Amino acid sequence: MSVEPVVRIIGVRKVFGLVAVLDSVSLDIRAGEAVALLGANGAGKTTLLKILATLLRPTRGAATIAGHDVARAPEAVRPLLGVVAHGAWVYDDLTARENLRFWATVGGLDAYADDLTVALAGVGLERVADARVRTFSAGMKRRLSLARVMLARPRVLLLDEPFAGLDQRARKWLEGRLEAMKAAGAALLMVTHSFGRELGIADRLAVLAGGRIALDTARGTLGPDDVQRLYAAHAEESA
Amino acid sequence: MVKTLGWLTAAALAAGLVMAFGVAPREVTQGNVQRIMYVHVPLILASYVAFVVLAVASLVYLVRRDPAADGVAHASGEVGVMFVGLGIATGSIWGKPTWGTWWTWDARLTSVAILFVMYLGYLLLRGTIDDPERAARYCAVLGIVAALDIPLVHFSVYWWRTLHQPPSLMKPGGFTGSSSILWPLLVNLLAFILLYVYFVARRARLLRAQAEAIA
Amino acid sequence: MSYARRALAVAWKDLAVERRSKETLNALVFFSLLLLFVFQFTLGGDRERLAAVLPGVLWLGFVLSALLALGRTFLVEREHDCWEGLLLAPGDKSAIYLGKLAGNLALMLVVEALVLGLFVVFFDIDLGRALPGLLVVVLLGTLGLAAVGTLFAAMTANVRARELLFPVLLLPVQIPVLLATVKATEALLLGEPLGAVGHWVKLLLAADVIYVVVSLLTFDVVLEA
Repeated sequence: MSVEPVVRIIGVRKVFGLVAVLDSVSLDIRAGEAVALLGANGAGKTTLLKILATLLRPTRGAATIAGHDVARAPEAVRPLLGVVAHGAWVYDDLTARENLRFWATVGGLDAYADDLTVALAGVGLERVADARVRTFSAGMKRRLSLARVMLARPRVLLLDEPFAGLDQRARKWLEGRLEAMKAAGAALLMVTHSFGRELGIADRLAVLAGGRIALDTARGTLGPDDVQRLYAAHAEESA
Repeated sequence: MVKTLGWLTAAALAAGLVMAFGVAPREVTQGNVQRIMYVHVPLILASYVAFVVLAVASLVYLVRRDPAADGVAHASGEVGVMFVGLGIATGSIWGKPTWGTWWTWDARLTSVAILFVMYLGYLLLRGTIDDPERAARYCAVLGIVAALDIPLVHFSVYWWRTLHQPPSLMKPGGFTGSSSILWPLLVNLLAFILLYVYFVARRARLLRAQAEAIA
Repeated sequence: MSYARRALAVAWKDLAVERRSKETLNALVFFSLLLLFVFQFTLGGDRERLAAVLPGVLWLGFVLSALLALGRTFLVEREHDCWEGLLLAPGDKSAIYLGKLAGNLALMLVVEALVLGLFVVFFDIDLGRALPGLLVVVLLGTLGLAAVGTLFAAMTANVRARELLFPVLLLPVQIPVLLATVKATEALLLGEPLGAVGHWVKLLLAADVIYVVVSLLTFDVVLEA
């Protein structure tokens, strides 16, 4: 079995105007592996995520997903991606089912009614499937977002603070779903601010500081305090 | 090379100036103010050149994504708008004593005014987008749409002014016949086209240097 | 065919959202009523003057409504970052353009019908024989406005000073369409047959073809990340 990383980021540099948000970032993620990306506000975590998501092009350097260059072959990369970002990609005036059907169709997937129902059930929204999303809580919208992603069965999952704003129960549930996707072979990159329980699903930790990966280590048995210390040491040092 | 171009342009402009005042005859009915035509007509024609170059450079950019092409388009837009603006101004200055009015909605003036506003919008779009790559892309699309619109503008305005309504104005730039009028005009036309090329060369170089400094 | 399905999905989505929220529709209806009142106050008394400026006034109403409708067409995507979702959609993005165009066209035609109806009723205009020709001109003119409007709306959606830039970019480019529609409407309302304004109709057709083709070809570029 090949252990070639699904996601390879090599010396990526991103400049906005006169500011270099990313200086030279290198990171690998393997299938079935989850990497948590930590860093201060403005460190460039979301920028890196957007580059991987083919929403931004790197100024220098390259990133590949399953061998396809994100800047040169975005069309080959996009079908492999699942993105859960701040915005949930939902239309408030459509129902959950209609939202799902829309994104599935626009994404080129067959949106059979049964698949939609199953997907909604998978995220616990089957009872509100025909209610307008306007009535949903933030957690429910996040779950709908995940249903959208799961329908596409992506090989790479890009998550921007997926646990933010969720209550305890929803967090536990999300952890379970993400573990299941990891087990199915997806590679995960999770941008996060917190050092708490959410890191539980991470196999590795990476700290982004000074435009570079200041720390890239296996999470192993590190607890929140250990992570906090490590982070403080590396984030301040390179800042 | 650009320096030589600069000197050549200066020489051509000087020659044009001399010819406009020395060689060209004093117009019988309009007087000396008519000499503005030697600046007005070349300005407008050179601006047409600018906009054609803009359209071509935009197309090249979309196909090749070469920032140099974008630089040429950008610079062409700036010089083109400036020339049209000056052209309209000189036309007005000529028009006031000649026709008694600063402006009139005849076919040619209306078309040129529309052109001016369209490409002013092009510059506005440039100014509003911070990301240089996105600005280049969007302006290239706008440049192409604008260029394709020009024939539509021309025909619609022409039909508007001529159908059911005979032209009642003295046409500007009516230089038929006399070579003593034609030569100063041609020299000035060449001078202004050289000026356009010089400006674009300098500006495009500056834009490229800026882009490289950032990356 | 996936392309057609995607375009239809976008069109359906826009119309469904509009039908349920009625945000844009309400604004447009209210705006049309306002226009009607303003025109009545300024021109209503003098029937001759009204007849003379009616074509221009009518199309002014159509254009202003179009600016309102088209300017908002991508706003719905800004909520919850749906715009990102569209950017990342695989396949030819021009399908999204077609879907948006269809939705915009439907919305604009509905509002125009309303405006026209209001004008006919409140200003006692006899459309009579002019109606078929008028419908052709209105359809072609609206398509022209919507075709470029949708493209420019996409370009200005995420830009600073969007509300200002969108009309500034759109209106000069649309002048040929405006000239053609106003002149053709004028002639038709004076009783001339459609054949008499054939050149204007041909101009509108040419414009529509050019605008739609260019937009289809360049929409991918505009929707690149």
